[in-house]
Amino acid sequence: MAVETYLEAITHALAQEMERDERVMLMGEDIGSFGGAFKATYGLSEKFGAARVRDTPIAEAGIVGTAVGAAITGMRPVCEMQFADFVACAFDQIVNVAAKMHYRLGLAVPLTIRLPSGGGFAGGPFHSQNPEAWFMHAPGLKVFAPSTPRDAAGLLCTAIRDPNPVIFMENKSLYRRAKEEVPEVVEEIAPEAKVVREGEDLTVVAYGAMVGAALAAAEASGRSVEVIDLRTLVPLDLRTVMDSVAKTSRLLVVDEANETCAAGAQVAAAVGEHGFELLDAPVRRLATPDVPIPFSPPLEAAVLPGVESITKAIDELADY
Amino acid sequence: MATTAHREPVAPAGTPALGAADRLGLYEHMLLMRRVEEKGLSLYKQGKIPGSFYDGRGQEAIGVGATWALAAADVVCSPLIRDLGAHLVRGTDLASIFAHYMGRENELSHGREGNVHFGDRRLGVVGMVSMLPDMMVVACGCALSFRMRGEDRCALTFFGDGATSRGDWHEAMNWAAVDALPVVFVMENNHFAYSTPGSKQFKVDPIERAAGYGIASDSVDGNDPEAVFAAVHRARARGLEGGGPTLIEAVTMRMHGHGAHDSAEYAADLVAEWAERDPLDRYRTLLEADGLDPEPVAAAVEERIAAAVAAALAAPLPDPASAASGVFATGEPEPLGPGRAPWSGYREP
Repeated sequence: MAVETYLEAITHALAQEMERDERVMLMGEDIGSFGGAFKATYGLSEKFGAARVRDTPIAEAGIVGTAVGAAITGMRPVCEMQFADFVACAFDQIVNVAAKMHYRLGLAVPLTIRLPSGGGFAGGPFHSQNPEAWFMHAPGLKVFAPSTPRDAAGLLCTAIRDPNPVIFMENKSLYRRAKEEVPEVVEEIAPEAKVVREGEDLTVVAYGAMVGAALAAAEASGRSVEVIDLRTLVPLDLRTVMDSVAKTSRLLVVDEANETCAAGAQVAAAVGEHGFELLDAPVRRLATPDVPIPFSPPLEAAVLPGVESITKAIDELADY
Repeated sequence: MATTAHREPVAPAGTPALGAADRLGLYEHMLLMRRVEEKGLSLYKQGKIPGSFYDGRGQEAIGVGATWALAAADVVCSPLIRDLGAHLVRGTDLASIFAHYMGRENELSHGREGNVHFGDRRLGVVGMVSMLPDMMVVACGCALSFRMRGEDRCALTFFGDGATSRGDWHEAMNWAAVDALPVVFVMENNHFAYSTPGSKQFKVDPIERAAGYGIASDSVDGNDPEAVFAAVHRARARGLEGGGPTLIEAVTMRMHGHGAHDSAEYAADLVAEWAERDPLDRYRTLLEADGLDPEPVAAAVEERIAAAVAAALAAPLPDPASAASGVFATGEPEPLGPGRAPWSGYREP
């Protein structure tokens, strides 16, 4: 077992799955010998050959559509969108072709689409988005959003081995910052939420980069805060959330994504509908307001949730 | 400015010699398509087919002629609403097609889809989507895996003249050229995309764009099944030899509106003009002139349709409780089949 960054864990899992299953192939822009914009595929072209680690034209619809064709003829493609923002160009192929194919035709599409997402580094409106909710709304897609290197590696194995299209969110701010020991042989992880900090007073639900921020805020608040990492958004593990709310009676849901119809909105709605009698306070939400992500650091910091704003929300909810 | 509005099709050279069995087979499948769709239209008007109904009257030679040139292991991704003949050549079950049209329980779509949106995985046929030309890109991916695994298989995809305006058309053409993929692009130029003529769709004739992508092209009479067959036969051989994709233009004209709801008044002159070139009438005359008798084939078609409609009408409507099932696949996926080929398609001599 070695300490790996989130990014190294992704590369590790990709290499392992390519070693294990010759049907696994990678497709994306600049992912070959260059290793990708974030170097997630660095070294894989040399190891597995350019045929299985394919540099593609700049054609996001082409990447996904071609991967669908490869998937239905027996391959296990893993696509990289250079930035999650660019997936909008492939939206039709994902939601109309890939997502509906099994329901319509009984034809499974084992496909993983990796999306480096998220803001916090002056990426501006086209290199900072968190588009996971677009795909939660399209039946037939699974959506994973791990927050730790171990979960990233394990859930990537789960995604690649899944017979369905999986949107795999990789929050870029975790790539080099998140580090932990990752087992040499990566095992699949079941798509379930995880209690990452136990507490009695209040529950914070988060995923992706917001898990780390929520843990820091819980610490800073000095209160007994339970933190749940959703880890996967489809399927959405509401059981774990409900069990926690039954204990704490207070819920704060944090999204880095824009507020309207975000993953957290779904959690809040479910708890409002099925957990009303468990609550001692209204469900509180914290998300990026409905604005594009601005470039200039003070503007960006003003819209993204962070340790400070989460701590404040924890305090207000606990004192309600 | 080049447009296709009234251009005469170019006769192809190098047509492989087709024997009597193949020629009667082509006729049989064209007639089957014509009669299935006539029956479908009738069922639609009786209210037995919900939604709308789309047919390919006048374009039977394309779907049938093109797929006749494929081997069983090749894939069709995808036949469009004018290409029922492609499904029939691949051997899709007739009763299932009628049950599918009627939204009844069937093994192709279980009522989740309608009109010509179906495919039989076992026969290497992928059902279309309504956004054209999305499936061109998917066909590229099928061809990519065949090449990666060193398999002698190609992918054939259909699209119309209007589809050439969308970005996916470009992405597919460019990608297939860059990776020299064994894809056969069959463009059915029927002069109208719904009500919009080619002159409002493109400045440069799409077949001329093939050169810009560095790929081969071929323009044929889309109302001549043997011409379409020959063009696909050449394109397939080119693709399998590593020569990359081919863009085939099959020039034709639909004899109905876009769908059963469309009277197609905008195209009345062209419809009248092309009615004189009906692919079935023409081919039947040709076969008879060559001493072949299509009558037994025609009688068999009527019997098959009657039996299929009766079976489809006896199929139950889907169980409403099943509406939410099957959104996700479970277990090991079954990929597109290498084809069972119950059809009597072309065999190399």
